[in-house]
Amino acid sequence: MGIRIERISKRFSDYLALDEVSLEIAGGEFVALLGPSGSGKTTLLRILAGLEIPESGRVFFSRRDVTATPASKRGIGFVFQHYALFGHMTVAQNIAFGLSVMPRRQRPSTSEIKRRVEHLLALVQLPGLDGRYPSQLSGGQRQRVALARALAREPEILLLDEPFGALDAKVRRELRGALRTIHEELGVTSVFVTHDQEEAFALADRVAVLNAGKIEQFATADAIKAHPATDFVRAFVAH
Amino acid sequence: MVPGARPRSFRLPGFGLTLGITLFWLSFIVLIPLSTVLARSWSGGWEHFLEAAASPRALAAYRLSFGVALLAAAANCVFGLIVAWVLVRYKFPAKRLFSAVIDLPFALPTAVAGIALTALYADTGLIGRPLAKIGIPVAYTPLGVFIALLFIGLPFVVRTLEPVIAELSREQEEAALTLGASRSQTFWRIVLPTLAPALATGFALAFARGAGEYGSVIFIAGNMPFHSEIAPLLIVTRLEEYDYSGAAAIATVMLGVSFAMLLVLNLLQRWRVRRIG
Amino acid sequence: MRAAALKAPLGTRATLMLIALTYVGVMLLLPLGAVLFEALRKGIGLWWAAISEPDARSAIRLTLLVAAISVPLNTVFGVAAAWAISKYNFAGKGLLIALIELPFSVSPVVAGLVFVMLFGANGWFGTWLEDHDIQIVFALPGLVLATVFVTFPYVARQLVPLMTVQGRTEEEAALTLGASGWRTFWRVTLPNIRFGLLYGVLLCNARAMGEFGAVSVVSGHIRGETNTMPLHVEVLYNDYNFVAAFSVASLLALLALVTLALKTALEWRYRAELEARR
Repeated sequence: MGIRIERISKRFSDYLALDEVSLEIAGGEFVALLGPSGSGKTTLLRILAGLEIPESGRVFFSRRDVTATPASKRGIGFVFQHYALFGHMTVAQNIAFGLSVMPRRQRPSTSEIKRRVEHLLALVQLPGLDGRYPSQLSGGQRQRVALARALAREPEILLLDEPFGALDAKVRRELRGALRTIHEELGVTSVFVTHDQEEAFALADRVAVLNAGKIEQFATADAIKAHPATDFVRAFVAH
Repeated sequence: MVPGARPRSFRLPGFGLTLGITLFWLSFIVLIPLSTVLARSWSGGWEHFLEAAASPRALAAYRLSFGVALLAAAANCVFGLIVAWVLVRYKFPAKRLFSAVIDLPFALPTAVAGIALTALYADTGLIGRPLAKIGIPVAYTPLGVFIALLFIGLPFVVRTLEPVIAELSREQEEAALTLGASRSQTFWRIVLPTLAPALATGFALAFARGAGEYGSVIFIAGNMPFHSEIAPLLIVTRLEEYDYSGAAAIATVMLGVSFAMLLVLNLLQRWRVRRIG
Repeated sequence: MRAAALKAPLGTRATLMLIALTYVGVMLLLPLGAVLFEALRKGIGLWWAAISEPDARSAIRLTLLVAAISVPLNTVFGVAAAWAISKYNFAGKGLLIALIELPFSVSPVVAGLVFVMLFGANGWFGTWLEDHDIQIVFALPGLVLATVFVTFPYVARQLVPLMTVQGRTEEEAALTLGASGWRTFWRVTLPNIRFGLLYGVLLCNARAMGEFGAVSVVSGHIRGETNTMPLHVEVLYNDYNFVAAFSVASLLALLALVTLALKTALEWRYRAELEARR
């Protein structure tokens, strides 16, 4: 499912976070939103999720205008930087949550839910941890659970907000590989936010470099490195 | 500093003095006096203790004191949650004033609360009159005791909940939304379970306070034995009859409940810590 | 800033606010209003007569006296206990803290009872006291003891977490610079805890002046002699002298309002102090 963002602007009380941003993402693509803090990348992601409401502009999923659709109805999966797992629920209950809140008519049977949870746990390489509580897991494990939870409803779009930001370098690299593999297996359109360019270039098909609420360049990693479009991009990738 | 080369604990001066004062005052004011009650209630032997502590009149008093305290604490959990939620999450004018008012039961002398509530809920009172008209007398009935304990217990629940509500991870609520949960589902399945330990703590505090409450209840309760006599009043009555061991026996039961509550609160603290971890 | 997505719809918010405001208004504000209304019902003349009457005046004096003795005692204790708990490591700290908090969960009537059991005519020390012609219950000492019991934890529980958070680094620094223990306390510790201390003293005082159940048991209700203000209110009320009862009560309500105002002011300033020190 492709995403089209049309001239989105978002203002917070004292500053302009996004300034008429437009972007087009192809179905099944893996896109990174890269930029320093304050560049608006997280705001853009949250607008895609429906967690923030833009002042102007529109968001389309495929050809559907979802600008006014609430977050619970957009059919996206969201992975938070600090996992946001439900501490009072087991791993299995966390992953099954999205399925268990479905209206009765659409809800899969208990056995079907169980099967899906096990399948997802295997996908994120955490078999057998279904009975544990988040407090008993390491950071890397928690993030895998968060990923599994976001994928449980088979969303067409996966959004990740600095998913590895809270983890140490080794775990980060492991999870990077896992994420890439999962993306190839499922083919779900993915957008993830990061300030780490190495990560962005390693994972994404295309990278959007943001600065002060505007997209400076949106291209493949190679294209950006070879032909930086603006001074900012040049300086940013110079490190 | 070289590890392993630490000098033998460098202690700030004053340990002996401060610990000494602390232990002395604690023993003199709290521990020794409390133990006399326990000792006194045994002075007549086990049967005598049981006779005094478990007499029909005493049992009726416990039912009233503990039963109503339980109900009032439960009601305060519901309303206290709403009040705390509104205080933390919503913006409105005079919010600080509203917040200060919540502590009124803490600051107002219990006797003042007692006569004020009686004035309001008596058959001639502002609230009592319309209620009496539709056949619900409040003053001098257990319902009056209930109202008084509602007044007393509210701040316990609200103040215990406020910091926990303030710290609720908004990310968890957002996560629930992105997973398709409705607002109501998010509240019942994510927010409420997270608040549960704090809610239970507030409940226990309100209950403990309500069970032993005297001043705010004594005016509005009917004080009729077996019907509307609270346990603390029974203790006072026994004292006035010079039945010291009888009074002590009932006091021991009340102390037992207090200690049990302390234990419960302690366990709840551990539960809370585990949840957050 | 709470994201737009998390804001409840207007209908829900309005309903919850209505419930909250109504509940607090009816349960808390109406009784307060009732006190003032009933006190001034028959005019300010009767109000003034009630509070300037000799028994009322001695009740006021007695209340102030009891508070003036109890609060400083518990303050010294509270500071000592908080110092011992926060500046040192020793076994049994948790138990000590729990014991200090004990009076909170004890019914005030039981608090009064224990002192009658100890010092009353039939008490443990009863005969000894009689022989030496010392009166504790039905007299000022008994009132003070009962009040000290119920207000025991107020200052300590305010200072213990505060001083624990502050730790002992500043005091240790002062000592290495040559200050004595007392000097360190007065010039380093005390300034750091002054708002917490004030707050604790404020609450301790409010409770001390307003205590009813415990002093009721211990006082003997001797008009003009062992009646504090709350007890005097009860006496007047039981005599069906409602206007007088509410008039004296209105003074106590005023005390409560002043306490609340000071408390709020301290919370506002004190929080800033606490943040700043971090």
